[in-house]
Amino acid sequence: MSSPMSTPGGRKRGRNTNPPTPSSEGPTSPPSQRRRGQDSSNADLMPMPTSPANDVLSPSAPQDTSLFSSPRPSVLPNEVDMSSPLMYGTPSSRIEGTPRSGVRGTPARQRPDLGSVRKAPQVDLQSEPPSADGAVASEQNAGQRLVIWGTDVNVGTCKEKFQRFLQRFLDPTSTEDENAGLDLNEPLYMQKLEEISVVGDPVLNVNCLHVQSFDAELYRQLVCYPQEVIPTFDMAVNELFFERFPDSILEFQIQVRPYNALKTRNMRNLNPEDIDQLITISGMVIRTSQLIPEMQEAFFQCQVCAFSTRVEVDRGRIAEPAVCRHCNTTHSLALVHNRSVFSDKQMVKIQESPDDMPAGQTPHTTIVYAHNDLVDKVQPGDRINITGVYRAVPMRANPRQSNVKSVYKTHIDAIHFRKTDEKRLHGLDEDSEQKLFTEDRVQTLKELAAKPDVYERLASALAPSIYEHEDIKKGILLQLFGGSRKDFSQTGRGNFRADVNILLCGDPGTSKSQLLQYVFNLVPRGQYTSGKGSSAVGLTAYVMKDPETRQLVLQTGALVLSDNGICCIDEFDKMSDGTRSVLHEVMEQQTLSIAKAGIICQLNARTSVLAAANPIESQWNPKKTTIENIQLPHTLLSRFDLIFLMLDPQDEAYDRRLAHHLVSLYYQSEEQIEEEFLDMAMLRDYIAYARTYINPRLSEEASQALIEAYVDMRKVGSGRGMVSAYPRQLESLIRLAEAHAKVRFSEKVETIDVEEAKRLHREALKQSATDPRTGFVDISILTTGMSATARKRKEEIAQALKKLIQTKGKTPAMKYQQLLDELRRQSETAITKELFDEGLRALADEDYLTVTGKTVRLLA
Amino acid sequence: MMPSTHDWINNPLGVVEGMFAASQNNPNSGWEAKVVEFFKGHLKEKDSHPWVPSLNDVPLHYLKPNSLVKFRCLIQDMFDPEFYLGVYEAVDPATKAKVLRCGKYKDVTECGVDFDSRNTSTAERQTFYCVPIPGESPWVKESYAGTGQARVVPSTSYAPTRQKRSYEEDDDDDDMDTQPQKQREPHTGPQSPTEQHGNGDCKRRETEAPSSQTASASHLDLNFPLPGEKGPSCLVKVYADWDGFKLNDTLEVFGILSVSPALSALADEKDASSSFLDPAQSMETAEEQRVHSPPASLVPRLHLLYAKPLPHNNPLLPSAALEDNSAFLSSTMSEMAAVRAELLTYFTHILLGDALAAEYLILHLISNVYTRRDVLPLGKFTLNLSGCPTVSSYTERFFQIIQQLVPSAYYLCMSLQNMNQMRFVPKKDYVANRLVSGALQLARNTSLFLDETQLEQGQLDTAGVRNVTALGNLISWQKVDYDFNYHQMEFPCNINVLIASEGRSLLPSDCQIHLQSQVAPPHMEEYLSSIHMQPQASQLNKFRMYVSVARLLDYSISDEVTKSVEDDFVDMRKDDPQSVTAEDLHRMLVVARLQSLSLGQTSLCRDSWLRAKHIEMLRRSRMEQHKCLNGNEP
Repeated sequence: MSSPMSTPGGRKRGRNTNPPTPSSEGPTSPPSQRRRGQDSSNADLMPMPTSPANDVLSPSAPQDTSLFSSPRPSVLPNEVDMSSPLMYGTPSSRIEGTPRSGVRGTPARQRPDLGSVRKAPQVDLQSEPPSADGAVASEQNAGQRLVIWGTDVNVGTCKEKFQRFLQRFLDPTSTEDENAGLDLNEPLYMQKLEEISVVGDPVLNVNCLHVQSFDAELYRQLVCYPQEVIPTFDMAVNELFFERFPDSILEFQIQVRPYNALKTRNMRNLNPEDIDQLITISGMVIRTSQLIPEMQEAFFQCQVCAFSTRVEVDRGRIAEPAVCRHCNTTHSLALVHNRSVFSDKQMVKIQESPDDMPAGQTPHTTIVYAHNDLVDKVQPGDRINITGVYRAVPMRANPRQSNVKSVYKTHIDAIHFRKTDEKRLHGLDEDSEQKLFTEDRVQTLKELAAKPDVYERLASALAPSIYEHEDIKKGILLQLFGGSRKDFSQTGRGNFRADVNILLCGDPGTSKSQLLQYVFNLVPRGQYTSGKGSSAVGLTAYVMKDPETRQLVLQTGALVLSDNGICCIDEFDKMSDGTRSVLHEVMEQQTLSIAKAGIICQLNARTSVLAAANPIESQWNPKKTTIENIQLPHTLLSRFDLIFLMLDPQDEAYDRRLAHHLVSLYYQSEEQIEEEFLDMAMLRDYIAYARTYINPRLSEEASQALIEAYVDMRKVGSGRGMVSAYPRQLESLIRLAEAHAKVRFSEKVETIDVEEAKRLHREALKQSATDPRTGFVDISILTTGMSATARKRKEEIAQALKKLIQTKGKTPAMKYQQLLDELRRQSETAITKELFDEGLRALADEDYLTVTGKTVRLLA
Repeated sequence: MMPSTHDWINNPLGVVEGMFAASQNNPNSGWEAKVVEFFKGHLKEKDSHPWVPSLNDVPLHYLKPNSLVKFRCLIQDMFDPEFYLGVYEAVDPATKAKVLRCGKYKDVTECGVDFDSRNTSTAERQTFYCVPIPGESPWVKESYAGTGQARVVPSTSYAPTRQKRSYEEDDDDDDMDTQPQKQREPHTGPQSPTEQHGNGDCKRRETEAPSSQTASASHLDLNFPLPGEKGPSCLVKVYADWDGFKLNDTLEVFGILSVSPALSALADEKDASSSFLDPAQSMETAEEQRVHSPPASLVPRLHLLYAKPLPHNNPLLPSAALEDNSAFLSSTMSEMAAVRAELLTYFTHILLGDALAAEYLILHLISNVYTRRDVLPLGKFTLNLSGCPTVSSYTERFFQIIQQLVPSAYYLCMSLQNMNQMRFVPKKDYVANRLVSGALQLARNTSLFLDETQLEQGQLDTAGVRNVTALGNLISWQKVDYDFNYHQMEFPCNINVLIASEGRSLLPSDCQIHLQSQVAPPHMEEYLSSIHMQPQASQLNKFRMYVSVARLLDYSISDEVTKSVEDDFVDMRKDDPQSVTAEDLHRMLVVARLQSLSLGQTSLCRDSWLRAKHIEMLRRSRMEQHKCLNGNEP
């Protein structure tokens, strides 16, 4: 095979700096020891590798027996050389390494993440593993298969398999962004090796799922015996690499970093069986320690003859040589710190992500040790997937005490970090939820989607405890699904907002807050704030001094946190103007620009806003427009796609249904309710699935329908001399139609979607943009804050007032009240004080007059 | 003294070890289940309960180590699961033979563990940090303490502890820190060179925060939710089904007491050689170690054998579920109407002769969140009692009276200082890796008495605003959002909130009633000082039972009543659509429910509905009246 040089038996040869037998003192990982013991005695459980590679291996593989003998203080002279590949704690020792200078010339780097690999000798399957006889036995049965002690891993076979994997693995359907720019029809990992040779970063990340699909057996070995298998992988990849690129110069030898081992996804499921296995868990970083230099190799020098020796640290211990080998003086060796070798180490604490947790429990935490270049890769607050080896170390109260605490300390030695929220910071936003659906679940979801009344069903499943308001629920449902994201930044037009914003306004006590609470509980990345309590800073981001690091850090507020989610803002009307102004940018551009404390940046805030506002007079005044009722700036209102009024309808049939609904709420049992409605989990999955996988595009007919709808809307107004629709409304229609197509799991927006979008938009408009004076729907109420009739009226008043003043002749100043009374007498319609004020203001704008206190002065 | 048959109380580990030994020949014996069954069975027996000494009543140093004890507690925090030696091989010092030992229900192994033995098996267990039920009323404590027959006589039970002490003292010269009682200076002085070798890095980290170490080592914060609480807290080790427990559950746990001094973290920390052996250990912050392994003399360990959830914490009620005790249930229910009348008279007297307010107070006391519809908690009934006299600490006295009736209650004075400074919401402390408790971490059905009459003018700071928001959330949604720094987590709760205020409260409430004093202001002082009289003990007990039982009853509405309620609502809307809203119907349904339950009726009848409507009407008219009188009310 491709690795004729590998005689791994020799891997132990030069390294005789073994500590005393581990059985007496060393705090090892007992559980794994136990398991391995059993494994290797149950030889029949082990699949026998059949590749011919072993023939090359076995004859020259003397058994290492040093583990069970007392330490031999002999160190070969060549080991002192730091650059020797021997430093590498893997079988790729230089004695039988490739003859190529590439591997030889490149220093290997220790892998503290894998711990003390070299401890494991290879054993013959047939022999009793942990006995000195094993060596003899294996010499006799030279044809036997050799495996690493305690495992079923045959180094040669494993290496060969992995090389084959690297050379042949194809993943034409790859969507990972790491593979961007690679030719998917060429062997994936060979391209990555090429990349390494160009870039010079000697780390090869290997997706375990790829390994699994290529060779399930290899995957099993990798997961069960990472400590042995990964170094073998390293060896294989280095041989392959230097064969291909003999001239490339790397800082150190390539290290393989597997990730995505599907063994465990959740911290809560970790149990003693996972010890010493390769696991992948997700979580959030909550603490990182400072850098800890950890000794890898101790340098001792004899104080008598200056003879020096090196001792590798084994599981946190150093066996101090008692006798100098050179001059035979006892206890003459002293440690020399600055010639010892240290590696970087960092403690990282991760906590379960809140999504994975059962209700009513507190999140678990796990300690992770990051080594070498993984140090400082993650920061507190990051959500990460970590792949590593799970370890358990016994605790000892006191070495001189015979009693020990019967608990282990557990931690994970990190091999690979992957930030799950990294993409959120960059523009891309594919499957950032990383939600996995089982086949069955997808099937059920698709069945549900195929039902003709799925839209109504889902809408009624939304907040079942809130009565009726079907259209509002439908609106919120569409908001939950959102439109399709369109990126026109290439053509310079930037992103188009795909998120639907909704404002609910209406009488107090019409369960607006309840609806908001429900939505907040439903969506994974929802935020709930109240306009009363939040400041602009709380919504956007603020800079604070981290108490630990004393560095300025940017703390993100509700809007940024709900990126890709929904931000529910209650008591929207009670928000201060400064706070509200922040929303202008978020609700259209979907970004947040921050310039404070020397930090200037733009954060993504692609959030849908669901706001609730109370009328200013605590009760909705039907005689006033929406703007007048809630006193919000129209610039902000026009950014809401749908504005709903939640009013008490006050008719008997409604009351009866409401009463029935409420009473049944109080006496129906939990089961009855569940029969009637879809449960929340189902709804959540449905939405997540649609958001992730469905990306509808406009069909030809739908585009036509949209155009017609828009033209119609504009026509309605033009008849009365006003504009009743703006491009913003068209965009809203498109978003709503797309969302409706998503509800149906349809990849195409069709006419029915447009119809529903139109209907819903009209409903919302009818409720919120009806001019109370004329009863017509008037979009300008929302876009300019004033209905067209009101504007006309204002003009008239101003003109009348001007005339009145002109009739008075040359009086430079007059009394306010007097003027009002005179105007009232003159006019046939009632003139309110507000109206009068508006008229005055209009004239003041013309620089005709000025109002100071109670007097009106003419200008010019 | 205890009868000899109660050996399973004195030496439960003997039972465990016996079963373990018996199982050795038979690997599939399922001895672990048998152990649990054994203790469960014994504890189920009548009159076995009182024999088990309770950590709540008996001081820790009177209890025998490794004996069976019980503890009435609330799960305050859940630590990470830990792996321990389930079965291990050790060398018997006498015979030098290797024997298999069982590590379950123990903290410390016996001597000479062979870590590399193939017979070792690792198992998992979970640790809960438990505190006594916050705000438990004194009468509950006394009543429980009175029933316990396991009054450990100090002289006899003290002996074994004595023995231990002397053993420790012998040990002292080679282990300086086994005695957690002795506070030592942290060992930060120069180390001998050999120790520094090899792990200078670890050493340095360890000594990084000596100042904080000395500061808080002197008094360990036991993390009680409420200030001023006393009693032991406990680390409960759970061996099975820990997923079934939730934070803030109230339990009575039966377990093996472990107070081995080797457990205290302080011993570990300062011993350089132990951290030398164990680089992993020294990585933990001193803070964290202190929290997770506090001295066993302060925070004993309890190895759980059996945990009984407490649906109520009333010692006067039978501990079994109500449904199983039909005789008791029927006898109390028949009496309920009569007790209610007595209680009404009593409350009327206390509430300055206001019978309507007294009625609402009864309804409030028996309210209970019985279910949740998506986010909406049903059954809560927060009462705002406005118009409370501000003289001679009326509210405090009022609270004391309520405290006498309910199993747990807490008086929260809403003074500006308290609002700004107290911690209401529990917060995760990532340095010590624990959930720092707050005043709103309360057991279910705790009565929270908010005294708004103490609120004075001034400014709420950020913490104060947050606290007010938390109270508002608690009242509206019956949930508390615990602060996990990077995110918040919502914990549902079930707390009866009563707000006493002068005007309308600044907090939301389900129902506001303005107190109408029948006492003329000049006589107020006199009247108030006469209130203090206590009802008879027997009557008090009747009231206590009444309140607890009424809370536990089931409730239903028949179809006919549903119909008539609906009709009523439609009619009311017809008459006055402005003032009758869905909210009002919600409230009326709750009032009707509580009204029925307060009379011991488990289904709504027409009369109760009408009565509920009637008192609601009275209350509303009073509010309007008050509004007219007092123009500035919103």
